[in-house]
Amino acid sequence: MPRLGLRHGPRPGPAKPQYRKNAELTHLSTDILVVGSGGAGMYAAVAAARAGARVLLADKSLIGRGGATIMAQMTVASAIGEEAPDHWTHHLADTLEAGRGLCDEVLAAVLCEESPLRIREMEAWKVGWAREGNHIKQVTAPGHQIPRCVYVDFLNTGPAVAKTLRGQVARGDGITRISGLAVTDLVVRDGRVVGATALDLESGAPVTVAAKAVVLAAGGLTRIYRRNSASVNMGGDAYALALRAGAELIDMEFVQFFPIGHLAPRLVGMDPIMWDPFRYKLGGRLLNGQMDEFIENYGASDSGTYTAPRDVTSYAIVKEAAAGRGSPAGGAYLSFEHVPESELRTAFGPVIDRLRDNGIDLTARPIEVAPIAHYHMGGIRVDERMQTCVPGLYAAGEAVGGANGANRLSGNAIPEALVFGERAGRFAADTVRRATQGWEDGAAEAALDTLRRVTGRPADGAASPALGELMTELQALMWDDVGLLRDEEKLTGALTRLRAMQRDDLPALAPGGGAFSLAAQDWFDLRASLLCAEAVTRAALERRESRGAHQREDFPETDPAQAENRILRLKNGDLMLESVPVRRAPVAIEQPRALEAAS
Amino acid sequence: MSDMPATATIRVQRGVAGEAPRFEAFEVPYREGMSVLDALMWIRANRDSSLAIRYSCINANACKECMVEVDGKTQYACTARLGTAGVTVGPLGNKRLLRDLVTDIVPPKETLANALDDIER
Repeated sequence: MPRLGLRHGPRPGPAKPQYRKNAELTHLSTDILVVGSGGAGMYAAVAAARAGARVLLADKSLIGRGGATIMAQMTVASAIGEEAPDHWTHHLADTLEAGRGLCDEVLAAVLCEESPLRIREMEAWKVGWAREGNHIKQVTAPGHQIPRCVYVDFLNTGPAVAKTLRGQVARGDGITRISGLAVTDLVVRDGRVVGATALDLESGAPVTVAAKAVVLAAGGLTRIYRRNSASVNMGGDAYALALRAGAELIDMEFVQFFPIGHLAPRLVGMDPIMWDPFRYKLGGRLLNGQMDEFIENYGASDSGTYTAPRDVTSYAIVKEAAAGRGSPAGGAYLSFEHVPESELRTAFGPVIDRLRDNGIDLTARPIEVAPIAHYHMGGIRVDERMQTCVPGLYAAGEAVGGANGANRLSGNAIPEALVFGERAGRFAADTVRRATQGWEDGAAEAALDTLRRVTGRPADGAASPALGELMTELQALMWDDVGLLRDEEKLTGALTRLRAMQRDDLPALAPGGGAFSLAAQDWFDLRASLLCAEAVTRAALERRESRGAHQREDFPETDPAQAENRILRLKNGDLMLESVPVRRAPVAIEQPRALEAAS
Repeated sequence: MSDMPATATIRVQRGVAGEAPRFEAFEVPYREGMSVLDALMWIRANRDSSLAIRYSCINANACKECMVEVDGKTQYACTARLGTAGVTVGPLGNKRLLRDLVTDIVPPKETLANALDDIER
């Protein structure tokens, strides 16, 4: 059975009485604290536990239910070669091509080489990858030269992956799971991460956790955009925790806007990304408001297929709408009217009925789609052991930056979660074998003071609209001024406002605590989101070119001299930016086209 | 009065365990096809952030966390539709109340209390 150290009761030591008076503090200790329980966090927990470490897996939502993994609709890229001959270096070539010259090629190589190991392991754990005949079915996703993407029918990849990993986590000796535990700060002592402070949502009480290593697997930041496909807990927690602990972020200017997020009519109970698999299986036609195909005018081809890269398609849809050629709701039409009903049914079975319940008949009329913030290419800078520059601190999944460069290849998000999660857990376990606990109460005091200030009085509804308004303002600001089409003036204005929101607006709010104070969680979410928004804006301002998902209207061309990564770190409260050369691949890459020609 | 912006009234049960439940009515902007969760999120963003509801995936019906009682029937807030006639929303009646619409649906092996028990045994 897992064993955690425990201390209950009032804490000794120097105190600020106004916050300390009735403070009860629960203190836990573990070898490895994993923050976030999507695909990356759960895999990290499983890998660390099987390497002999004691793991505490914490999530502010329910274990294995929040985060992005569970929302994955379909594609998981993996060079398992069941549909067509393939090799991981071909997957790497496609990943680097999509990344527009900025991929950390070492991380990208790790992702591609180990994806088949994780896909096979998931298969052994009975995830149920879709099969055809006696082999696992693989489809061609945009940017891949060959059919490489596995999936679980129907639109069930994410739920199946999450359920499989929940099962493995529950069976893992040495893993203690805690739902509703929101980590608010990492605790750093002598330059090393030694644990964390957290808020127990059920009781509203602060918790401290001593850990020899921490794995940040709390996902990305797309919730900071007005139109997003994120879950509510993807406001950039991992990045903010890492920055404040002294770690570096990389490529923060690169936010992926998924081009064909659902726009209209209103569709409930389905992920806005769901048209992606429809296009994989059925093609579909993307049309402007005049019912004309238009992607060809932007240098890519798309008609009836689904091959145009995500960054080009997003840009084209926004430009068409800006030119007055958008659909009524301001996006583009996506039409499957030419596809017979029987073919729709074969491809998507019960999903067709769920659409009908939403009043959508694909044989009768097109739906409307538009770009939606979907994924963050940037993130925490790690080495191939998933270790940050801060001893004891690891990262995994979308929280990691660099592997996908300026634009993520379709199907790389789930393998990134599984591969980086497994590695973070394994290497963190390796480290803690030789480490001792470095916890000291005093190192957590500043973080606990903040927790007590924010939660220190009963929740107050009358005082709280400002919290929601601030989040709404942030999302609008990021969408309008730091979104798909950027320029110096908009970015500079956004940066000024974001700094003021952090300096003046957020500290003035004290939402109050008690049992399940969602407003207290909002406060900490906002603190993280505002810092992440500043990081994205700062990096976007300083990249004076257009590349991949980062499009500057005042610098429309790609500048070969800027084929370098931008690193951000926090120094005395200010974000410092530095350029570093791109890490190049450790292997010779065989081009997949050569393989296609040979086969 | 077709040019009047449409609204719907949603009555929400408020309060923590041990308090007498009270209902609060909010008027929210109505959009055809909107979900009950859309309305609750609008209230949290524009009227009262202290309103507690458990949800994660927002719209995908993947996380299965947003189960509440809508007009007395157990439903996911993200798939229950809001009509112009409005609805009354309360917490699950068969679960322990934490606050407002949030009940204790955490699996027993995933609670902080369980982690502590683990240690004390």
